[in-house]
Amino acid sequence: MASSEVRRGRVPRRDVVPAILAEFGSPERLLEAAARLRAAGYERIELYSPFPLDGAEALLGLPRPRLPWFALACGLAGAAAALWIQWFTNAWDYPLNVGGRPLLSLPAWVPVTFEIGVLSAAIGAFVGLLARAGLPRLWHPVFTAPGFETASVDGFWLAVGAGDARYDPARTRREIEALGPRRIALPEETA
Amino acid sequence: MAAAAAAPGPDALLRTAAGDAELTDRLLAPLWSRARAWWIAFAVTGAGTLLFGIAIAYTVIAGIGVWGNNIPVAWAYAITNFVWWIGIGHAGTFISAFLLLLQQRWRASVNRIAEAMTLFALVQAALFPVLHLGRPWFAYWLIPYPATMEVWPQFRSALPWDFAAILTYFTVSLLFWYAGLVPDLAAARDRAPTRARRLVYGLFALGWRGAARHWQEYRIAYGLLAGLATPLVISVHSIVSMDFATSQLPGWHSTIFPPYFVAGALYSGFAMVVTLLVPLRRIFHLEDVITTRHLDSIGKMMLAMGWMLIYAYVVEAFLAWYRGDVFERYALLVSRPTGPYAWIYWIMLACNCITPQLLWSRRLRTSPLVLLAAALLIQVGMWTERFIIIVTSLNRDFLPSSWHIYAPTWVDWSLLAGSVSFFLLLFLLFLRFVPFIPIGEVKHLRHELAQEEVAWRGEQ
Repeated sequence: MASSEVRRGRVPRRDVVPAILAEFGSPERLLEAAARLRAAGYERIELYSPFPLDGAEALLGLPRPRLPWFALACGLAGAAAALWIQWFTNAWDYPLNVGGRPLLSLPAWVPVTFEIGVLSAAIGAFVGLLARAGLPRLWHPVFTAPGFETASVDGFWLAVGAGDARYDPARTRREIEALGPRRIALPEETA
Repeated sequence: MAAAAAAPGPDALLRTAAGDAELTDRLLAPLWSRARAWWIAFAVTGAGTLLFGIAIAYTVIAGIGVWGNNIPVAWAYAITNFVWWIGIGHAGTFISAFLLLLQQRWRASVNRIAEAMTLFALVQAALFPVLHLGRPWFAYWLIPYPATMEVWPQFRSALPWDFAAILTYFTVSLLFWYAGLVPDLAAARDRAPTRARRLVYGLFALGWRGAARHWQEYRIAYGLLAGLATPLVISVHSIVSMDFATSQLPGWHSTIFPPYFVAGALYSGFAMVVTLLVPLRRIFHLEDVITTRHLDSIGKMMLAMGWMLIYAYVVEAFLAWYRGDVFERYALLVSRPTGPYAWIYWIMLACNCITPQLLWSRRLRTSPLVLLAAALLIQVGMWTERFIIIVTSLNRDFLPSSWHIYAPTWVDWSLLAGSVSFFLLLFLLFLRFVPFIPIGEVKHLRHELAQEEVAWRGEQ
């Protein structure tokens, strides 16, 4: 499929480029359908839901995110930078003797070090989230599927990726229909 | 009230309108409607904001001599307003972050409002120290940048600590609020009636599509932001209190200040949450989303914070006596209760110590009107507390020859009233343009409760 080759440039590798989509009426039915498809040998499955689904990560076999480590690294780097700046400005570059108090006045530097550490970790968590999720990405092939707007309201959607080894337009459609979806939809370029 | 029978119980969320779609549309409805009452409120707060702008412009052009400040009362209203506003923000973070970590599910329907309140209160708070500089255009000197003047900020002073604390608090609150908002903005995008709105909400929703791979990262990032915001509830007002505690003035120089300020901050913050929630739930008929259970929990929090504050008052007075410092004994035990500002002191004690005792009663606590009245009194009480701490410690200095009375001018009053208007104006805009109940979280909670009920029925 030439179109998916074109898309490959725009959609990150870990993302699923949907070939066929199905909407289910409840999270339980969606998770059950996903489990069946996984059992049938599908590897590239994505779920879309208005709120997070417990157990979806394990079902899809997603690796544990490393976001906390990234945020921790950002926080520590920020705190270290804040401490260094305070030492450099107040003790090294422009030492000011205030009543004989030590130039290396660590207790007085705790608040700024702590605050900037928290600030850096929070920015790290947020930017890390955007980077890992590949957002902002205002256009995505999944949006072209008719009826997909319900994914943020009350629809629980499942997609099988075009890159899935087991994917075959006719057979996959049959297999999904057997799971009792509310409806089946195809993204524009597959349809 | 006769509504007691109809008053929704803790599980009312379960019993609301049948489908998720219906609930979503109901919670999004305020975004698409044009209510006349909103325009009237907008006009009133807009006029107040205009006054705020005039007072600020006058202050900047003429200088802070137009305020009532003098020497020794150099801080007065500006810092009173600053401390009061920044304290109000704390309850928002407490509700949204701390209660998330404690898995208190009742927070789900009020957290967005509480977070917005935090952000808008911080905007007001941050304005006052900048105006108090007298030359606000030099505010950037607080940032350590390599200036041609070859001087640096002095980090051993409490004021750069304040700057770092507020900067962090505002940024983290904004990120946390926005992160929580993204899935709901996507819902607004998908339900928007016109193409223009679809575009705008789509832009802010960043292309969110609710993929499981995104939710996985999202939940972790949201938890991280909550975890990072939680220590800020304690650290920010502690740092603000150090502006006072690290100085040598009687009535300020005390180790109890950080916890004392944090308790007071949460107290006034919860009062502000009530002040905003009670009318909101009435106007938008959200009795089944913001339930009596919410009011009950917030009422209990106010009662608990009230008692912490009473404890702080007692310890503060006891230490003033026990420490044996003449000036401190005089400031706390003579000047405050009998001095020129004694009437404000007694208003403070009445509002902060007597009002919360109403909340022992469950009936009073769950009555929206009583709760609202208590909240308003507590806010007055907390503002007067900041005033008393700041002005009475300054106006009677160590030397009676330098004593001076402080009286606010019309500019001081305009800045206070104007900041309240501006706060309410921002809040009105928030109600008009942002989904103010976390729709996704409410749906999630509803679903969980339904599952639990199914499981519970199964066991029977």
